[in-house]
Amino acid sequence: MSDFFSNIDWMQYLWCFIVGGVLCIIAQILIDKTKLTPARVLVLYVTVGAVLGGLGIYKYLVDFAGAGATVPLTGFGYNLSKGAIEAVKETGFIGAFTGGVKASAGGIAAAVFFGYIASLIAKPKIKKQ
Amino acid sequence: MDNFETAKQYQTYVDKKSPNSPIVKDCFNAFWVGGLICCIGQIILDICKAKGLSIDLSGTICSVVLIGLSALLTGLNLFNRIGKFAGAGSLIPITGFANSIVSPAMEYKSEGYVMGVGAKMFTVAGPVLVYGISTSILVGIIYFILM
Amino acid sequence: MQKLGKQTIKFDNPPTITSTASIVGPKESDGPLASYFDKCLDDEFWGEETWEKAESKIIKETVSLAINKSGISSQNIDYCFAGDLLNQCISSSFGLRELNIPFFGIFGACSTFVEGLSLGSVFIDGGAAQNVLCATSSHFCSAEKQFRFPLELGNQRPPTSQWTVTGSGAVVLSKSGNGPFITHITSGKIVDLGIKDANNMGAAMAPAAVDTLLTHFQDTGRAPSYYDLILTGDLGHIGKEITIDMMKTHGYNIKSNYNDCGVLIFDKATQDTHSGGSGCACCGTVFSGYVFQQLQQKKVQKVLLIATGALTNSTSAQQGETIPGIAHAVSIEL
Repeated sequence: MSDFFSNIDWMQYLWCFIVGGVLCIIAQILIDKTKLTPARVLVLYVTVGAVLGGLGIYKYLVDFAGAGATVPLTGFGYNLSKGAIEAVKETGFIGAFTGGVKASAGGIAAAVFFGYIASLIAKPKIKKQ
Repeated sequence: MDNFETAKQYQTYVDKKSPNSPIVKDCFNAFWVGGLICCIGQIILDICKAKGLSIDLSGTICSVVLIGLSALLTGLNLFNRIGKFAGAGSLIPITGFANSIVSPAMEYKSEGYVMGVGAKMFTVAGPVLVYGISTSILVGIIYFILM
Repeated sequence: MQKLGKQTIKFDNPPTITSTASIVGPKESDGPLASYFDKCLDDEFWGEETWEKAESKIIKETVSLAINKSGISSQNIDYCFAGDLLNQCISSSFGLRELNIPFFGIFGACSTFVEGLSLGSVFIDGGAAQNVLCATSSHFCSAEKQFRFPLELGNQRPPTSQWTVTGSGAVVLSKSGNGPFITHITSGKIVDLGIKDANNMGAAMAPAAVDTLLTHFQDTGRAPSYYDLILTGDLGHIGKEITIDMMKTHGYNIKSNYNDCGVLIFDKATQDTHSGGSGCACCGTVFSGYVFQQLQQKKVQKVLLIATGALTNSTSAQQGETIPGIAHAVSIEL
């Protein structure tokens, strides 16, 4: 474990923090200033991420900021596009349909499964504050 | 009303009367919470890498763990507090996507497990999947044509 | 009864408010008016499985409380007027299905409370009824679920948004009694100045309140100073400011004796309710609890109560429609 800590690339974390934070600031400004609902902002982010991924631009941000670029929802879009392109390379046309979801399967399945589990166990509560 | 001749005049007046969102505070909170969540993701990635896992697999594990944490916090009735404080800071990371699936699932349990939990789970996040997946398919097709 | 001007009715034998009852939820119980309500709940479910069932239970218990306090047996109550915010008014009809009183389900969004008082008074003065029951309810959680987002979604509420009051207010009106009396009603027109922002209901409804106020003063020949208290239903802080402003441009200064139920029910500084309370129960509970006691103790003698409603639903909002407003007024005097 000490090996792990001594190998930490602090600059990587700094850029991760800044890029992730700035992506959130942009969304916050959109929500506050344009009255876009959160659902629309999420859709916008995933679409922009997928398009930038398709154009090969988003990859540079991922190389630069790591999780700062992949954890925000633009990263989810990028991952979908990346998967589609890679699958097209491997299997041809049908890859466009299989690659995206295959690459993001873990995230989608986890959200659905955990959502279902939470609905079994937990109950919504009023926001007192 | 006679003193506001047009809806536009009234809208302008209302905009002036209505307080704006505290955008500087909102952005500051969104920035550091969003950045922090991404750094937690980076820690997960680094741990996976240190264990010798591939980049793709590490990315998947990172998503699943963050989604699991977000689902847990939502189930414990805590995520909405974080969301209220951080706004886009917890919405934009994959945690927000998970919350947008878990919260309607909990809410609509009262309408049954099939048409309640099962169907309404996607009321907020469904569009994200529709537009994300559709865009990626278009990207794939265009790539195929250009290839 | 007698029609004054275009929209006002003056009652020959003004109906009496025999009794009122109010039950509120946990958040309202922390508010500045808590001591005036009959019952403060500490659980928003009130032991029920769903928000909807909880809301039905709240209106049911409030109604039976009002009947008990009136001392009138429920067989002697001729009609019931009730409504709420949930689709097809299910809280009222489910909550009151065992009441065995002829029932009119009414919808005027958050103006329902005064709509009920108006119709009930007309029934009594018209000779169709001796005693009438009027009730409304709303519930923060069921309203959020129906109109906005799941409760656990981590979103921010804009500063113009309002907080739906959890609770119910009920009133028993009678033909004979010692007051307070409902002397006039002014029924509002639908007014729409094109506001689309569902998070700024106060601004959407304020023009309707102003229209009804102006009409009331014109029809009755009264001035705002005639009343000890002019009270709107749920315009909140922003809607209240707008109403004061707009009345001023019409030459009426109402600043000194005007307030809003949505402003009164929560403490803005500590309760994080942004622009204030809203919902059918906002006007219903504040009147049935706070204002009625003020009248009984003769701290106020003449009250003009104007409940305001935003006539919108989630479909119309999705389709980009504007939000039409409505406001109904009743004049309550000792």
